[in-house]
Amino acid sequence: IAGVLTWATLLKVSHGHCLLCFSCLVTLVFVSPLPQFIYIIPKPSSFRLRSLTSNHISNLSMDLRLPSKVLEHILSFVDSNEDRNSVSLVCKSWFETERRTRKRVFVRNCYAVTPEAVARRFPETRSLTLKGKPHFADYNLVPDGWGGYAWPWIEAMAAKCPSLEELRLKRMVVTDECLEKIAASFKDFKVLVLTSCEGFSTDGLAAIAVACRNLRELELRECIVEDIGGDWLSYFPETLTSLVSLDFSCLDSEVKLSDLERLLSRSPNLKSLKLNRAVSLDALGSLLRLAPQLVELGTGSFSDKLDQEAVAKLSQAFSELKELKSLSGLWDVLPEYIPLLYSVCPGLTSLNLSYATVQMSDLVELITGCSNLQKLWVMDLIEDKGLEVVASSCKELRELRVFPSGAEGLNDTNVAMTEQGLVSVSEGCPNLESVLYFCVQFTNAAMVTIARNRPNLTCFRLCVMEPFAPDHKTQQPLDEGFKAIVERCKDLQRLSVSGLLTDKAFEYIGTHGKKLRMLSIAFAGDSDLMLHHLLSGCESLNKLEIRDCPFGDTALLENAAKLETMRSLWMSSCCVSFGACKLLSPKMPKLNVEVIDEHPLETRPDSSPVERIYIYRTLAGPRLDMPEFVWTIQKNPEIGVSHLAIK
Amino acid sequence: MISELEMEKAESELELGLGLSLGGGTAAKIGKPGGGGAWGERGRLLTAKDFPSVGSKRAADSASHAGASPPRSSQVVGWPPIGSHRMNSLAAKSAREEEGEAGKKKVKDDETKDVNKKVQVGFIKVNMDGVAIGRKVDLNAHSSYENLAQTLEDMFFRGNPGTIGLTGQFTKPLRLLDGSSEFVLTYEDKEGDWMLVGDVPWRMFITSVKRLRVMKTSEANGLAARHQESNERQRK
Repeated sequence: IAGVLTWATLLKVSHGHCLLCFSCLVTLVFVSPLPQFIYIIPKPSSFRLRSLTSNHISNLSMDLRLPSKVLEHILSFVDSNEDRNSVSLVCKSWFETERRTRKRVFVRNCYAVTPEAVARRFPETRSLTLKGKPHFADYNLVPDGWGGYAWPWIEAMAAKCPSLEELRLKRMVVTDECLEKIAASFKDFKVLVLTSCEGFSTDGLAAIAVACRNLRELELRECIVEDIGGDWLSYFPETLTSLVSLDFSCLDSEVKLSDLERLLSRSPNLKSLKLNRAVSLDALGSLLRLAPQLVELGTGSFSDKLDQEAVAKLSQAFSELKELKSLSGLWDVLPEYIPLLYSVCPGLTSLNLSYATVQMSDLVELITGCSNLQKLWVMDLIEDKGLEVVASSCKELRELRVFPSGAEGLNDTNVAMTEQGLVSVSEGCPNLESVLYFCVQFTNAAMVTIARNRPNLTCFRLCVMEPFAPDHKTQQPLDEGFKAIVERCKDLQRLSVSGLLTDKAFEYIGTHGKKLRMLSIAFAGDSDLMLHHLLSGCESLNKLEIRDCPFGDTALLENAAKLETMRSLWMSSCCVSFGACKLLSPKMPKLNVEVIDEHPLETRPDSSPVERIYIYRTLAGPRLDMPEFVWTIQKNPEIGVSHLAIK
Repeated sequence: MISELEMEKAESELELGLGLSLGGGTAAKIGKPGGGGAWGERGRLLTAKDFPSVGSKRAADSASHAGASPPRSSQVVGWPPIGSHRMNSLAAKSAREEEGEAGKKKVKDDETKDVNKKVQVGFIKVNMDGVAIGRKVDLNAHSSYENLAQTLEDMFFRGNPGTIGLTGQFTKPLRLLDGSSEFVLTYEDKEGDWMLVGDVPWRMFITSVKRLRVMKTSEANGLAARHQESNERQRK
C-alpha cells in the first residue's frame, strides 16, 4: 500500500499515547504507550509513505488503536482523495473513520459505481463531482439518449446525504426535476456548476434561485438550456446576499437589467460574473459600476454603437476594476472598443478572446499590455504574427488555445495560421505547458523544435484540420514530430494527434508516453499494431478515444486486461467487429462493454464492424438505463449467440 | 464478400489473449479496410483517398477518382473536433451577419427569417443505410427540399460513371424526393417519430427535424409499421 500524506501540525492529546513519526525512510512507527503526547512532526511538502500496511500497525503495538477522534483530526488535514483512498485501505477502523469524514467525492464516470453505494459510503460529503458522457460527446459522436442522467444521483444524495452543499456535473442530463429536487433537499446548498449539461430549462434555474438561501455559486458552462425566458433571475430573493459567482453565459434570452442590477447591489462578495450575449454593452457599464470588486468578468455582446459619453463612462468603469484577473465573453467585439480593455490588461492572468472575431492588427496592442497573462484562448485570426507578439509580451504564459475561425467553411478560411505561430510561443514562453492548437498545416521540424523548447509540456493537443494531412514541406507523415514530443516531454499527460500518421507514430507514443493519461486519435494509423503499441506501452493510460482508424479486433482482444486499468476506451468508426465485442464481454466482468449502434444487431454477422464501442471499468455492473441503440451482452443476451457456434 | 469458410477460420483466430504479445501471424484480416469484402454492406472506412489535399502525395492517387468530390472535412460528423457549443455560437454569428445584411433588402421568403431565428438548428446529422459514417448538413444553408436533396445526393451518390463514392454502386443520379428510386429521405422529428420528408412545409420541417436518414425504399414502405414497433419497444 502506498500513500502520500501531506500535512503538518503539532497535536497534543491527553489520552491516547503514541508517537507518530514520519521519517524519510517512510515507515510508520508507533512507540510504546508511555508518553502523553502525540507528536505529528512537520515534514516539508509531501513524501511517500511506502511500506504502510496493517501488519506494521499490529506488530508495533499490542492494542494500539489510534483513537478515532485523533485520526479524524489528522484526516482533516488530508485533502487529496488519492491520499484518503490509501488511508482507507490500512485497516477497517481507518476505513470507517475516513469514509465518515470525507467531505469531497469525485466520481469521474457516473456509471463506474452506483449512486447508492457512494451515498452510503460517504454520508457526510459536502461536495460531489460527477462526469457522465464520454468526451467525444462534445463532438456529436454520442447519440442523444445514450445516458448520463443526474437524477439517480440527486435522488440518492437527497436520501442519504442531506448536508450536501456542492454539486458539479459535467456532460450529464439534468432535468428541471433534478434542479427542483436539489432545491428542495439540501438545506444549505451553496454551489451548482453545470458544464456541458443539457435537459433543463430556465424554470429549473428559477427553482434553484428561489430556494437556495445561501447560494454562492451558480455556473452554467456551455450548457444546452431550454430558454423559456429571462425571468429566472428575478427569483433570487432580496435576502440573498451570499453570491460569489454567477455564470449564465450560455443562455440566449435577455434577463431584465433591473433584476441583475439589484442582484449585484446586494452581492458584495461577488467575485465572478459571466453575462450572456444578450446583455448589451450599454448595460455592461452600469453593471460594472455596481461590482468593481470583480475578479472574473465575462462580458455580453460587445458590439452596440455607443455615443462618446457612454464610451467614456464604460472606459471609466473598466479602469475601476482593480481586482480583475480574468476576462472573457467579448462576443462580436468591434475593433474600436478594444482600447476600452487596455486598463485591465496588466492585471489579467486569463484572457478568453475565442469569440472575439477581430483581426490580428486590432489585437496587438491589447496583447502587448498583458504582461502577466497565464492563460490565453484566441482565434486563429491572431495569425502567426500575433502569436509572435504573445511570445514576446506574455512571458508568464502557461496555457494557449487557438481555435479555428471558420465554423463550417474551414477550407475557405483566409487566415494564414501555420505551425510558425506555435513555434514562436514555445520559444518565448518558458512556462508554457498546455497547448490546444487548430491549424491547417504542420511540419515535423516544427514539432521537434517545440519539443526541444518546451520539454515541460503536460498537454499537447494538435489538430491539423485536414484529415491525413502530411508534413506540408516534406510530404512525410507526422510520425517524427510526435515522436519528438513524447520523447522530450516526459511529463506529458494529455495528447491529441492529427495529420498523416502511420503505425510508427504509435510505436513511439507507446515507447515514450509513459505518463500519458489521455490520448485522442482520429483518422490515423495503418493496422492493429497501432492499438497494440498504445495498449501495451502506455503504462499510465487512463482514457483512450479513437475514431476512424483502421485497426480491428486482434489488438483489442490481446490487450483486454489493460482495459481494466483504464477508466474508459472509446472507439467509433473503426474496424472492431461484432464478434470481438461478444468475446470481450463475458471474460471481463469488471468492464461494461457497450456497443452503440443505431442499426439492429441481431442479424448481423460476427465479422461486421460496429459503429461505436464504449468500454469502461465499473463496480456497478451493467447499467439499467440503456436506450435501444446501446447493446450489451447482459441486456441483449440474444446477440451473444454466435451463428457459427450453432454448427 | 467473405466466404463462410473464411469467416470460420477468421473466427477461430479471434482469441482472448490476455497480456500475450501480438504474434506475427494473426494480422487483423477482418478489420483491414482495403480487404474489400470485410465490410460487406456496411460501407467503408474513410481513408486518405477521401480527403485529397493540395500537394499531398495521396492527392495523386485520388486523381484517379476524378469527379468524385470528396467529403469535405467539415461534412464529417464531429470533425474537426470543435465543441458543439462553439459551433452553434459561430453559426449563430454568421447567420446574424447574414440577417443584418439582408435586413435592408426585402426579404422574399418568410422562411429564411424563421430559419435565422432558429439558429440553434445548425447542423443536422444524416445517416444512410449501408454507410457507416454519418454526415452533417447545415439546414440553414438550404431553403427548400430540392436544395437539400441535391446536397445529399452530392454527398452520398456520385453522378459520374466509374467513380467510387461512399456506396460504390450507383452511377446515375437518384431522386430522393419522389419515391421513384431505391432510396427515400426520411427524418426524425422532435417527438421521435420517423417521417417521410416532403409532407410538411419547409419552414415547419426545419423547426421539427432532429436528424435525417436516407433509407431504402423497401424499408420505408413499412415506415408506419416500424413506427409502431419502435413505440412498442419504448413502452417496455
